[in-house]
Amino acid sequence: MDIQDDKVINCDVLVVGGGPIGSTAARFAAKNGVDDVLVIEKRQEIGSPVRCAEGISLTWLDEVEIEESDHFIKKKVKGSKLYSPNGNKMTIGKELAGDEVGGVLERDIFDKEMAVLAGREGVNFMLKTAATDVIKENGKVTGVKAKKMGEEFEIHADLVIGADGFESQVGRWAGLYEQIPSKDIMTCFQYRMVDIDIEPDYTHFYLGKVAPGGYVWIFPKGDDKANVGLGVQLNQLDGNKSPKDYLDEFIDSHEGLKKGQAVDMVAGGVSVGHPLDSVTMDGLMMVGDAARVVDPLTGGGIANGMKQAKIAGEVAAEAVEKGKVDEDFFSRYEERWRDRLEDKIWRNYMAKEKAVELSDEEFDKIIDALSEVDLTELTTEAILKAVQKKYPELVESFKDML
Amino acid sequence: MSVEVNFEKCMHCGACVGACPENALFLNDVALEVNENCIECGLCVKGCPVQALSLGGA
Ligand SMILES: Cc1cc2nc3c(=O)[nH]c(=O)nc-3n(C[C@H](O)[C@H](O)[C@H](O)COP(=O)(O)OP(=O)(O)OC[C@H]3O[C@@H](n4cnc5c(N)ncnc54)[C@H](O)[C@@H]3O)c2cc1C
Ligand code: SF4
Ligand code: SF4
Repeated sequence: MDIQDDKVINCDVLVVGGGPIGSTAARFAAKNGVDDVLVIEKRQEIGSPVRCAEGISLTWLDEVEIEESDHFIKKKVKGSKLYSPNGNKMTIGKELAGDEVGGVLERDIFDKEMAVLAGREGVNFMLKTAATDVIKENGKVTGVKAKKMGEEFEIHADLVIGADGFESQVGRWAGLYEQIPSKDIMTCFQYRMVDIDIEPDYTHFYLGKVAPGGYVWIFPKGDDKANVGLGVQLNQLDGNKSPKDYLDEFIDSHEGLKKGQAVDMVAGGVSVGHPLDSVTMDGLMMVGDAARVVDPLTGGGIANGMKQAKIAGEVAAEAVEKGKVDEDFFSRYEERWRDRLEDKIWRNYMAKEKAVELSDEEFDKIIDALSEVDLTELTTEAILKAVQKKYPELVESFKDML
Repeated sequence: MSVEVNFEKCMHCGACVGACPENALFLNDVALEVNENCIECGLCVKGCPVQALSLGGA
């Protein structure tokens, strides 16, 4: 970091947002040769408070060069159980879950660890520092206006990476914005509960009107502890009920939960749409939730974001080295991450669009049909075929997906 | 101010910021600010997980 005077800071790559995705993009930029990488984070503490249900699969850690550690993986699970409104149940074993949930994180520790890994590559962090606007010259992003503990200044960079999460404003300030339709917004609420009675070796998902357009999750963090939460599609919220109201009702009706205690609360929003049409412009790359790469079916955003962040960091380093920080050059970022992630995001988006239309009775039938077969792979096609055998009429409207 | 924030309820989660079509909200760590771009569409009010927002006067 080179401080010109009180009012301007210069760096090579500026990352806005110290979430796991921002830290990882910064790590890979530094690792690939950028000297001066700065991350600004508006919160005073990285990773806290947690805004996450903490469920992840364990298949992608190698790809982003992280060593699995029980320091941040609190609990591993054998599989998942899905429940329909009338109590029909199906189990997805570990070998079937593929990319689905396989572990439950300590997200605050995980986020801090991602910052530590970046720090070891020489990345600088500036906390309690918010970007308040983007600086553009001749259509190119050249930095941001920032505010740190009441002090206002500018940060100039060769390249800015927007990793500012669901609430992302960097892209909007710069002019890279598509409104998220309200059907693609999940509004979420969660308690961490203790003294509850659940099967701790599985993650649990409850479908149907307990959480319209979304689901209730129980992600175990120990034998008698779990994250219990839900996401509801914003435009399916019923009248004056908030997500918290839905969750309180669910807990009251669940034998294993209602005697438990809530020891913390989490709120948040997730976008379950498709990625931004363009995540780059001259001087700017977007990554993670800010680029809307969350898996639309599960609402999980960590894995996709991390994979994308690695590519962003690598291309950023190349761009800075060659002095080509323009949209043209960033097409290699767009191509690489879309190649890696976009197919599945779109497929899951289509599946989600169908799933949110299902009635409670339809969920009952689907889970009933699936509970009777031994699925060998968990793909949309395999699921539809299994359901078709027992309830052919149900699959009629999904035919185009087969 | 067109949108009122109940700071007793607000959990600083940013759900409203992402939902706002006009970029009229700014969450600086724990302080949620509403700017003059607000068109009173009510999306943030609906999207807040804990109903901490209301349209002014309502
Ligand atoms: C309730 C809930 C449950 C979830 N459950 C799961 C789950 O089980 N599994 C999963 O994979 N994903 C889950 N997600 C999604 C997951 O949390 C996100 O995908 C993940 O956090 C994305 O990381 P990120 O770094 O892109 O964004 P974030 O983690 O949101 O980080 C963005 C950072 O940028 C900072 N920032 C924002 N604006 C500015 C600014 N102007 N200046 C400076 N800093 C700024 C923020 O303070 C924040 O620290 C869940 C989300 C929610 C809300
Ligand atoms: S959505 Fe609600 S709780 Fe979250 S920051 Fe906005 S007002 Fe606060
Ligand atoms: S009412 Fe609409 S425009 Fe105003 S702050 Fe809320 S979401 Fe934004």
